[in-house]
Amino acid sequence: MASKQPENSLLGPEADSQRTLYPNVTGTSVVALKYKDGILMAADMGGSYGSTLRYKNVERMKAIGKHSLLGASGEISDFQEILRYLDDLILYDNMWDDGNSLGPKEVHNYLTRLMYNRRNKFNPLWNSLVLGGIKNGEKYLGTVSMIGVNFEDDHVATGFGNHLARPILRQEWHENLSFEDGVRLLEKCMRVLLYRDRSAINKLQIAKITEEGMTISQPYSLKTYWEFSAFENPTQGAVGSW
Amino acid sequence: MDLNMDLNAPHSMGTTIIGVTYNGGVVLGADSRTSTGMYVANRASDKITQLTDNVYVCRSGSAADSQLVSDYVRYFLHQHTIQLGQPATVKVAANLIRLLSYNNKNMLETGLIVGGWDKYEGGKIYGIPLGGTLIEQPFAIGGSGSSYLYGFFDQAWKEGMTKDEAEQLVVKAVSLAIARDGASGGVVRTVVINSEGVTRNFYPGDKLQLWHEELEPQNSLLDILSSPSPEPMNI
Repeated sequence: MASKQPENSLLGPEADSQRTLYPNVTGTSVVALKYKDGILMAADMGGSYGSTLRYKNVERMKAIGKHSLLGASGEISDFQEILRYLDDLILYDNMWDDGNSLGPKEVHNYLTRLMYNRRNKFNPLWNSLVLGGIKNGEKYLGTVSMIGVNFEDDHVATGFGNHLARPILRQEWHENLSFEDGVRLLEKCMRVLLYRDRSAINKLQIAKITEEGMTISQPYSLKTYWEFSAFENPTQGAVGSW
Repeated sequence: MDLNMDLNAPHSMGTTIIGVTYNGGVVLGADSRTSTGMYVANRASDKITQLTDNVYVCRSGSAADSQLVSDYVRYFLHQHTIQLGQPATVKVAANLIRLLSYNNKNMLETGLIVGGWDKYEGGKIYGIPLGGTLIEQPFAIGGSGSSYLYGFFDQAWKEGMTKDEAEQLVVKAVSLAIARDGASGGVVRTVVINSEGVTRNFYPGDKLQLWHEELEPQNSLLDILSSPSPEPMNI
């Protein structure tokens, strides 16, 4: 008699307390870059359920305190939980009422510890996070993965963005980008992701954080180009090909 | 049962559940089939469960898991209402569901739609799929039957419907899902919640509109045969 255990039984190695085995509702890439006045970050508003593009109004970027902006890809419920942890952190910081406030470097460090410690317990928060901000003129942009890998850079991305957006950014990013150039560069990346990432949807937001504060754009869609002559009759010379 | 889960294929859940906001409240709808494997264990289940006077939840997925979660939340909300001294808000009810769903995500298999009316925010619908994500939506669909409704709602949904328009939309949608989803069937139940209160409605299978390749139900073949032959041509 075959003894098959469903993955949610209390017997066997999967039973010990809690361990996230797989994500359910997921967000795709986040792309961010440093520019003249601060940080620009872009993410689409999709929440995928497996291969179904189920939710199309998910905000995957949120302000953290006065100085930081957090973008997340991966499991949305875990992102919502991280926001709650950060709420507590910021509240605690505010309660000191000492004129000091947590900057992006500190929030990034907190997130790194959070993600790494969960990874060590074999119960990760299934997210890749992008944390950007500016405090006292100092710009900061970092990333943390679900296994606790963390680093900072002039431009970062998660998921597919690493493969499609980073190469573009490596070529075209430079110090002191203007706001317009930064937005156009991010849109160039997001368009490529729209063409090539199955879980991307054409509804995105771009968030900006500067010394003045954080603003997040209204949701909008990008135009796409399909008018290459090669697209019109690709199988003309080779019937049956694709 | 396939233990090697393809990461791109979430568990399919028997049922069709829907929650829709309209101008003044919400309409919740569901089919009535509970299946164990291929057998229909209950053909007249009630998947729209009360949490408080003004908040209901549509249950899908494991019958046991969804019943337990809603029982616990009903219990907590009852205490909360006593402490608060006034009706609980839909948001609080939805967040309690989320807490249980999220914190037990490895053990539960239930997708829920919370809908209700409170004096602060009016009619609200919250979807809580597998994993415990909480997402407020103008309308929500869930269960295995919902796969067949994404296109339908993309086309048919509009903001600011009247109560009757919303209810007709829900009944039509559940009926369409029942037509194509083997795990959904039976009757269509709806619950309308607004400032005036709660109304339960019942649409038996034979009263629903017929879809593609569905035929008018008859008592017997004999009734069809014995109907008078058409008149021959009179030339």
